[in-house]
Amino acid sequence: MSPGGVPAQLDVRIARKDFSAALGGQRSVLADLTFRLGYGEVGALVGPSGCGKTTVLRIIAGLDRDYDGTVQLPHHGRLGVMFQEPRLLPWRTVEDNVRLAAPHASAAALAALFETLGLSTHRQNFPGELSLGLARRVAMARAFAVEPDLLLLDEPFVSLDAALASQLGQALVDLVTRNPVTTLLVTHDVDEAISLADRVFLLSASPCRVIADVPIERPRTTRTADEMAAIRSEIERRRNQAG
Amino acid sequence: MSVLLRLVSLGLMIALWYAASQVAGARLLPTPEAVGLALMAEASSGALLANLAATLLRVAVSFSIAMALGTAFGLAMGRSRIADRVGDPWLVVLLNLPALVIIVLAYVWAGLTEAAAITAVALNKLPLVTVTVREGARSLDRQFDEMAQVFRMSAWVRLRHVVMPQLAPYIAAAARSGLSLVWKIVLIVELLGRPNGVGFEIGVAFQLFDVTRILAYALAFVAVMLAIETLLVQPLERHVARWRPSPA
Repeated sequence: MSPGGVPAQLDVRIARKDFSAALGGQRSVLADLTFRLGYGEVGALVGPSGCGKTTVLRIIAGLDRDYDGTVQLPHHGRLGVMFQEPRLLPWRTVEDNVRLAAPHASAAALAALFETLGLSTHRQNFPGELSLGLARRVAMARAFAVEPDLLLLDEPFVSLDAALASQLGQALVDLVTRNPVTTLLVTHDVDEAISLADRVFLLSASPCRVIADVPIERPRTTRTADEMAAIRSEIERRRNQAG
Repeated sequence: MSVLLRLVSLGLMIALWYAASQVAGARLLPTPEAVGLALMAEASSGALLANLAATLLRVAVSFSIAMALGTAFGLAMGRSRIADRVGDPWLVVLLNLPALVIIVLAYVWAGLTEAAAITAVALNKLPLVTVTVREGARSLDRQFDEMAQVFRMSAWVRLRHVVMPQLAPYIAAAARSGLSLVWKIVLIVELLGRPNGVGFEIGVAFQLFDVTRILAYALAFVAVMLAIETLLVQPLERHVARWRPSPA
């Protein structure tokens, strides 16, 4: 059971995931990787790049079925996914990109979503006319528009500058606060994980498994530098303990 | 400027034609004005319009059939290895059968009918469309497939909004080369076994050694195809490509 006795919304138990190596043979990328998230919790998978974080997300999203283990999704299992690349259809407008993923969303809900993400004036633009930061916002709007039971975010702020990343992070916090949704975030950035997540799962290098599960106290309001440093050193301590 | 250049080039062509007809004599190469007069005569009798209409209808029907089937086969073969293995020998055979063989066999087996004519033209065009669209289907972006999968888009939405826009340049290329191929083959089919159409008229003129009439029909037909290209094909291509950021 998750904290608070609420049934787990996401229960991941991956016993093993192999990739065939270039020179033949198999290489294990994931081994005994286990974690759970409760309803409305925001979890962050934090680990060195290349350790297989994206593979975990792909398995949960059902895009990779070649593994040993079980993944239990929330009841209805409607997914909202933000890939590392925006993956917008370049031949459809911003609005159509969101609508095609969420055909049942009401006009009012979409308008509110575009407003929150600062996209109201870009609805009729084509993705090729947008900056990376704006394209990420559209991808986020698309993920929220489907009213997901589980939100999967793969490095949503990577290669944005600090100001843009924190703006988009704030928008994300606003959205999950307004409509709580079980969320799994993948990142290599500990500070990003601390500022967004309720729980941080520290991952080891390959083969990847969870070496520590660190709860982060709410609320997610701005923390002082001292508080951030304290959480960071706690995470560091847990990492060393496990290693 | 570019319009001016085109007009100058066209004027040069007519001047060259006129000069050549002076050298060769009116029987072998009639002057532009003689051809123009013949064109007017055919037009005022109604024969020109009737024959053009018959030919264009055959072009439209066989082109549509070849494009629709070729796109479906090409998409299937590009996405499924099994379909590719099964379909490939058929493609090789069809691609290497001379157009004339297909036409003659169609007439022998199905009689000198409209259905045989249309089938023969479509069969000539089909393998080329299939090969081109298969190339497009092989290069479809897997990232978009995954996006469509996680958002549970319906099969129709995927085809209409995810797959077809990626295939559009390949389909446009197949259509462009296809249109010119189809109308050339339609003329041969008409020459060999139809009682009307531009190909039939040119066949009759050939037997009468009437070069003026041959050129009049050829000119009328080229003009019609040019009009279709500028009024239909090019605007369609612009519409399909409107999402691309303009190069300027």
